[in-house]
Amino acid sequence: MTIDHSHYLILSALLFTIGVMGVLLRRNLIIIFMSIELMLNSVNLALVSISEYLQAPDAQIFVFFVITVAAAEAATGLAIVISLFRQKQTTNIDEVNQLKG
Amino acid sequence: MLGFILLFPLIGFLVIGILGGLFGKRLPNSVVATLGCGSILLSLVFSFYAFIQFLQDPTASRELSLTLFDWIPQLGVAISLKLDPLSQLMILVVTGVGFFIHLYSVNYMGEDPGFARYFSFLNLFTFAMLLLVLANNLLLLFIGWEGVGLCSYLLIGFWFEDNEKAQAGKKAFLVNRVGDFGFLMAMFLIFVTFGTFNIDSLKIYEIHEAQLPSLTLITLLLFIGACGKSAQIPLYVWLPDAMAGPTPVSALIHAATMVTAGVYMVARLHFWYALTPFSSSVVAIVGISTALFSASMAFFQNDIKKVLAYSTISQLGYMFLGVGIGAYTSGIFHLITHAFFKALLFLSAGSVIHALHGEQDIQKMGKLSSKLPLTHIVFLFGLLAIIGIPPFSGFFSKDEILWMAFNKHPLFWVCGWLGALMTTFYMVRVFTLTFYGPSHHHAEHPHEAPPLMALSLIVLAILSLGGGMVIGGHFLEQFLTPLFTKHLEVTLSSHTEHTLMIVMILSTLVTAILTFFIFHKKQEWAVHVRLKFLKLHTLLSHKYYVDELYQFLIISPIQKGAHFFWSIIDTLFIDGTVNNIAYLNGYFGSKLSFMQNGNLQRYAFIFILGVLAILLYLGKYV
Amino acid sequence: MAHTIIFWILAIMSVVCALGVTLHKNPVVSAVFLIGSFFALAGLYVELHAPFLAAIQIIVYVGAIMVLFVFVMMLLNLGRDPDRFSKETKPRFPKYLALFLLVGLLISFIHLTSFSRALPEAFHGFSIENIATLLFSKYLFPFELLSLLLLIAMVGGVILAKKK
Repeated sequence: MTIDHSHYLILSALLFTIGVMGVLLRRNLIIIFMSIELMLNSVNLALVSISEYLQAPDAQIFVFFVITVAAAEAATGLAIVISLFRQKQTTNIDEVNQLKG
Repeated sequence: MLGFILLFPLIGFLVIGILGGLFGKRLPNSVVATLGCGSILLSLVFSFYAFIQFLQDPTASRELSLTLFDWIPQLGVAISLKLDPLSQLMILVVTGVGFFIHLYSVNYMGEDPGFARYFSFLNLFTFAMLLLVLANNLLLLFIGWEGVGLCSYLLIGFWFEDNEKAQAGKKAFLVNRVGDFGFLMAMFLIFVTFGTFNIDSLKIYEIHEAQLPSLTLITLLLFIGACGKSAQIPLYVWLPDAMAGPTPVSALIHAATMVTAGVYMVARLHFWYALTPFSSSVVAIVGISTALFSASMAFFQNDIKKVLAYSTISQLGYMFLGVGIGAYTSGIFHLITHAFFKALLFLSAGSVIHALHGEQDIQKMGKLSSKLPLTHIVFLFGLLAIIGIPPFSGFFSKDEILWMAFNKHPLFWVCGWLGALMTTFYMVRVFTLTFYGPSHHHAEHPHEAPPLMALSLIVLAILSLGGGMVIGGHFLEQFLTPLFTKHLEVTLSSHTEHTLMIVMILSTLVTAILTFFIFHKKQEWAVHVRLKFLKLHTLLSHKYYVDELYQFLIISPIQKGAHFFWSIIDTLFIDGTVNNIAYLNGYFGSKLSFMQNGNLQRYAFIFILGVLAILLYLGKYV
Repeated sequence: MAHTIIFWILAIMSVVCALGVTLHKNPVVSAVFLIGSFFALAGLYVELHAPFLAAIQIIVYVGAIMVLFVFVMMLLNLGRDPDRFSKETKPRFPKYLALFLLVGLLISFIHLTSFSRALPEAFHGFSIENIATLLFSKYLFPFELLSLLLLIAMVGGVILAKKK
């Protein structure tokens, strides 16, 4: 069985769903963050695979950008987690339910 | 030079306004007074200089024009000024009388906290009035027209803390809007018909037969504007209330200059009125009716300024009679002499009011002739001028108008004669009650006018005495001849003229002496007569209930309509719609808010549901 | 054949590590699993002829982001989580259903799309020079914007995490 691009994409889809599962179900904010990183990575994998399939370097540039954005997001997100922890002494998402009207 | 005449009052307004705004009450009055009077004095000097030059020039070339810049090129409107004999006379009156009234105000308003504001408005007024007079196109004239209206509003409501005075300002402004509506309509029609606003171009425009009906409409609409500004029937109601302003303002704006703008406008556009006999007749008839009507309203007014206000309306009626019958020169002549003597009367009334610390009721005055000798004398000068006793100025101009009117139709003369006798009655009544009647005032020591006020009064008294003699007769006719070609032929002999003149003088004298006698010695006669004709007296002292009529016919329907629109349309429908939409949103929002419980994972879940929906939609491309 | 074997090894490794991230009770262990997942993905990038991205993946993700995560965990002194899942997500059934639907749809769509070619043997990917040229010509403006974004994120992180 030869490996073609659909294998890579299916792997990407699996990783993405696992990431979504983490976001939807886990109660620790930091784990949720890590799940998000996982989702980003799955998308990167899909991009790289497509880049090779189309033999276009542009998709690799996008991956580069996504990594950068992920870095920025991690920095601010973790800062928010820290300041949240400072107020509530917890990273449990059950305790964080102020985002409502 | 033309520009300078306009420039100085504008600079005065700006500088005083800015300084007043920056320094407020710390700004010394002397600075304000110097700037305010100085700017007008400079304007006066330049006007006078132009006048001297005009006199030296040959008659045909007495013209000066200046175009500053194109304003609205699409309409061919430029900021262009023009000085011709007519506007020359007007700017002399505006700056001359204006200067002395400014001077007078320095003392009169000396203790008012709004001193700087007062002078900046007064300068702005002078600027706007000069612009009106010098404008060489109708749009620019309209700017001046509105500018003087604005200043009038600002100065009537000068003491705006007093609600009644603020209301008087509003009334003047609103009534003027009615007139301005006519003026604007006329302007639209002029542009449609002639395609230009330039007065010079309009003057040489060849009008053919078919355009005469629209020309009649134009002149009538313009006259509505003149009625508003110059307080003629039916729009005169604002002027008596305008006396709420400071007295020098009444003298400058509501007697000498602004209210004559209508007369000036008709004279400026005489080439149209000469072509439309119907409009001219309307002007003349409205003029003479106003003269009689308002003279009768002045009979039993007890406020000294209100009496003068009604007499101003009445005298303006005479001017309109003059320009209406085609005697433009006579109308302008009366405008000038009236500016002198009415300003004098107002200022001396102001001097009395000043002396009595704000008392305006003539019933509460009396026996002032010995305490205020100067005021007494100058008031007498003004009185003799307005009732037309030779050689005072009013005599010449009024006599000329009435003589011309007699040539047009004897009935005009009879009405004018009646009006003159009525004027004599109420003016002598005011004079007698103020200076000779029984003393009712409580002021311990009425003080005579301070020096600057006295100076202004003396100068204006001299002008009232001599003004008619100097510019009357042939000088004015010659000076204005290139402008007003003869529109009215004098057909009757000078014998008739002299007879009429003698009748007029004798009847006036008899009325004056009788009135003086009654109000000085036999006041009980007056009371007796008043009781006998109680109804008439009530009618007159309530000014024929015209204000009440307007209130009933125009103001309350509008108020009711406005109330209807406010309470039903606005509150119920518009507000109701808006409020209910907001309420519905709130209602549905509160019903849907359970979805937003603050649980972040539920938000993410809904987000994922959205992603799934998009995925399902994209499935059709697979 | 070597490709196939390497792919399967890396794929299984990445999925197992991913499940470890989302299911393990101890956040520190989760983080280690995530690092494993990143390494597996880096290997796959090499397989896909993108060695530059593989290097970046290791340097940025493992070297920077994961260090940040572990550092924050240390700062907050996080221990084992007795309950993995949050309480308020009950009932969980709709979520499982949604996840199942998501993965099912994605895989079936990918299957339905026909990728004709197998991995080309001759293609050796893009050189770093290629990517750099593109980054500094066509994508210069977004690149500069990203630098600004990083600056903003830095300032934001400092402000948010600062003590009162």
